[in-house]
Amino acid sequence: MMFSGIVTQSKTVIRNVAVLGLALLLIGNYADMTGHHLLVIEVHKMLFFDSFGLLGNSIAFASTLLLVLLSGRDMEKIGHNLAEYYALIFFVLCGVSLVTTFNSLLMLFLGIEILSIPLYILTGSDKKNLKSNEAALKYFLMGAFSTGLMLLGIAFLYGASATGTFIIDDLWTAKPAVSPLLMSGLLLLLVSIAFKVSAAPFHFWTPDVYDGAPTVFTSFMATIVKVSIFIGFVRLFDEGFGAGAAQWQIFVAIIAAATLFIGNITAVFQQSVKRMLAYSSIAQAGFMLLALLALTRVAKEGIILYAAAYSLATIGIFAILIRMKDYTFEGFNGLAKQQPLLAATCTIFLLSLAGIPLTGGFFAKYYMLAAVVSTGKFMWLVVFAVLCAAVSAYYYFRVIQAMYFKEGDAATETAPSAGFKGLLVLLAALVLVLGVFPQALLNQLYAFIYTW
Amino acid sequence: MIPVLLIVIPLVTGLAGFFEKSGRRARSWSLLSSLLTLAVSLWGLSLDKSSGLLHADVEWLPELGSRFAVGLDGLSTILSLLTAICFPLIFIATWRDEYRGRSWNFYALMLLSQAGLMGVFLATDALLFYFFWELALIPVYFLCSQWGGEKRIAVTFKFFVYTFVGSLLMLIGLIWIYWHTPDHSFAMQSFYAMRAKIPAKDQMWLFWILFIAFAIKMPIWPLHTWQPDTYEQAPTATTMVLSALMVKMGLFGVIRWLAPVVPAGTWAWGDTVSAGCIIGMIYASLVAIRQDDLKRLIAYSSIAHVGLMCLAIFATTSIGMQGVMIQLFNHGINILGMWIVVDLIERQTGTRKISQLGGLAQKAPGLAILLVVVALANIALPLTNGFVGEFLLFSGVFTSKATQYNVVFTVVAGLTTILSAVYTLNMIRRVFFGSTNALTDRVTDIRVNEKIVLAVIVMIIVFVGVYPKPVLDLTKETAEFILGKMNYKL
Repeated sequence: MMFSGIVTQSKTVIRNVAVLGLALLLIGNYADMTGHHLLVIEVHKMLFFDSFGLLGNSIAFASTLLLVLLSGRDMEKIGHNLAEYYALIFFVLCGVSLVTTFNSLLMLFLGIEILSIPLYILTGSDKKNLKSNEAALKYFLMGAFSTGLMLLGIAFLYGASATGTFIIDDLWTAKPAVSPLLMSGLLLLLVSIAFKVSAAPFHFWTPDVYDGAPTVFTSFMATIVKVSIFIGFVRLFDEGFGAGAAQWQIFVAIIAAATLFIGNITAVFQQSVKRMLAYSSIAQAGFMLLALLALTRVAKEGIILYAAAYSLATIGIFAILIRMKDYTFEGFNGLAKQQPLLAATCTIFLLSLAGIPLTGGFFAKYYMLAAVVSTGKFMWLVVFAVLCAAVSAYYYFRVIQAMYFKEGDAATETAPSAGFKGLLVLLAALVLVLGVFPQALLNQLYAFIYTW
Repeated sequence: MIPVLLIVIPLVTGLAGFFEKSGRRARSWSLLSSLLTLAVSLWGLSLDKSSGLLHADVEWLPELGSRFAVGLDGLSTILSLLTAICFPLIFIATWRDEYRGRSWNFYALMLLSQAGLMGVFLATDALLFYFFWELALIPVYFLCSQWGGEKRIAVTFKFFVYTFVGSLLMLIGLIWIYWHTPDHSFAMQSFYAMRAKIPAKDQMWLFWILFIAFAIKMPIWPLHTWQPDTYEQAPTATTMVLSALMVKMGLFGVIRWLAPVVPAGTWAWGDTVSAGCIIGMIYASLVAIRQDDLKRLIAYSSIAHVGLMCLAIFATTSIGMQGVMIQLFNHGINILGMWIVVDLIERQTGTRKISQLGGLAQKAPGLAILLVVVALANIALPLTNGFVGEFLLFSGVFTSKATQYNVVFTVVAGLTTILSAVYTLNMIRRVFFGSTNALTDRVTDIRVNEKIVLAVIVMIIVFVGVYPKPVLDLTKETAEFILGKMNYKL
């Protein structure tokens, strides 16, 4: 509904236009949330704009805005087609807003595709780098495969529904017994989306793609894209299959446990911070899957909070990482002495990812755990998740140790500008605000009509 | 009002401390701040118990059923008072210690850890308690990793992981109870009201999921392995915070958030935990006898003393509970005194090895006298505060009806008192008497600031030892209240 492909060719103003466009998107989205519809389009029940989806959109747009502001200049270094990069990012955002607000399986498919194809291109945008090309090809092949599965799943579901419908609300209704067709369709959909959010055992593309892609786009993929697909994921399973949760919960629980385990354990052994962050994003996805498992009101609030806290922290870390010369842990040695401000903000982001109180990450994790505990089932998974969270502290704290307690000359490529530092402080402040008053964000859910 | 001030003063001054940019200014600043906290704490002590100033309760997270609720009752008064007394003493005693690098950060982090500790002791809301519980850990992590000994990074990280696992498990337990409160509230009253409603079957596992966090912090055998290493490697000022105050967090957690909330679980597992305490006490005392490093010796002695306190909590007697509360205070003061002496010795001679020391009494008579008093308090000789505490603890354990092994426990625990006399007196003999050597020849007697601190400590030791009534009066009501809650059949 409110997306635009920016097709500006004038290179000097491209960045400013992108920022302006994002700001407009954000304002438009906010206006919609408050009930001032700027533009009303008849969508024939294909899309459904509730506060959950719109809030998801806001997080995606705001995160992109911050990303562009923080790392926009680094995008210029990748190649010459700056305008195209921004255009592709806007296409992705278009897909994101479809995925967060879809009401029909067709729209979900459309959204996922609009979102994926530009990502394949962005991954390979560093044309002279072999790793980037390899990553793009790998991503494309795997992505195409999962899309096929998704389409098959949708077709099954269409066939299984009594009246032949794509509208998710009607998929499960008036079903006395679960047909094998419906169940297999559901599982195919689960697998394909699990692939998109890099949940184990469908995560194998993630480290290579995240590592190979230019860091700016890794940051984009690992945060904005991932969390918005998650919001769509929760939406689909809650509205579509919420009634039959008991039938498929066990699959989600197994996927969540496997994701947490593989993500965390593998991250421990990484030598490169970038690759560690790739695995940590898998681990964080495992935590987000807990929301899908619980599907209570708390879980939905939690996934919004998780999306915000995780995106903010990860964007911040990636923004700092881009500026580093050396991406290994050793590369961070002694950063605190060279750039105390960068180190301090980076510490806040890492603490947030580890889930330490006073940062947004704590309440994000708290909500996930509380959601599952409130259902009274899967206590083993909660304990397992908590133990994995303790493992995650190991690799996040390795970066902190390198920055503060080890001697070294961590070098940034260029001296960070005052604006960059200011934005990082703003980002860190946001993380802290979420950590003390998570309601600041969640009240948005209560304030607007709760449509679920 | 007062509890809020106790948290806010160190928090704000600590944050301001990061911008001092001068180690000396930061040092004076933090001393000033800690004295102010002490003044507020004493003000709170002077007020009547019914005074509205002793509690504060403001809206924090209404949708989560959590409020920013803090309050001073007997237990939290005595522990916040201990915290308020210890910090200025620590700052004065380590006045001359030099910290490399950005030393103002050291003082800022110390104040932040004080804020965290105060929060833990004062919170009357479970989520808030958890919040501060973890918050107290973070500054200490940075303090130890930045300014500790050679192996500091690995050792501190071990400590961090241990406590982090424990606290996350505790979080699950707290969330579980929270979801089962009828009004979905984290308030202490709601939690206490749950004690009879949680089915016994659930209390069995809830007990452990909560207790592990506290057991790691205390530490109870076999979860103690982080402690000697961390004490040894941490900078002395931080070791003082760790052993005098942070250890109390574990005991405090059991008294406030575990025993009254899951009494049936506490009842059922009491013997198991007590056995762990006993094993730990004997083990730690035996290891302490063989230690050559002063810091490690005190670390192990701390495990033994804390084990006794934990044992007394699970004895569930009025006299034992009183003993625990008074001993929490005493142990903090005594061990602080021990650390100050160790710090003095190490700074002057450059070693902590008992085998390399000797004859200090000739060179530093003032130090020797003060150490002997502190050491005697540590082994609980009459007229010292340690005697009052341990006497109550032992009689509490002995008269316990919660366990059928009360006599065995008392006898074996009594043995450790003898063992503690062995290693403490042995340490004094080898460090202070005998002939001097090249290292100890250079030693001069203690300076004014150290004299003041040790004199204050000795005064507290003797005062509480001779006239413990004020402290006992302070904690009596709370002890009875907690015991009432622990009796789940009522």
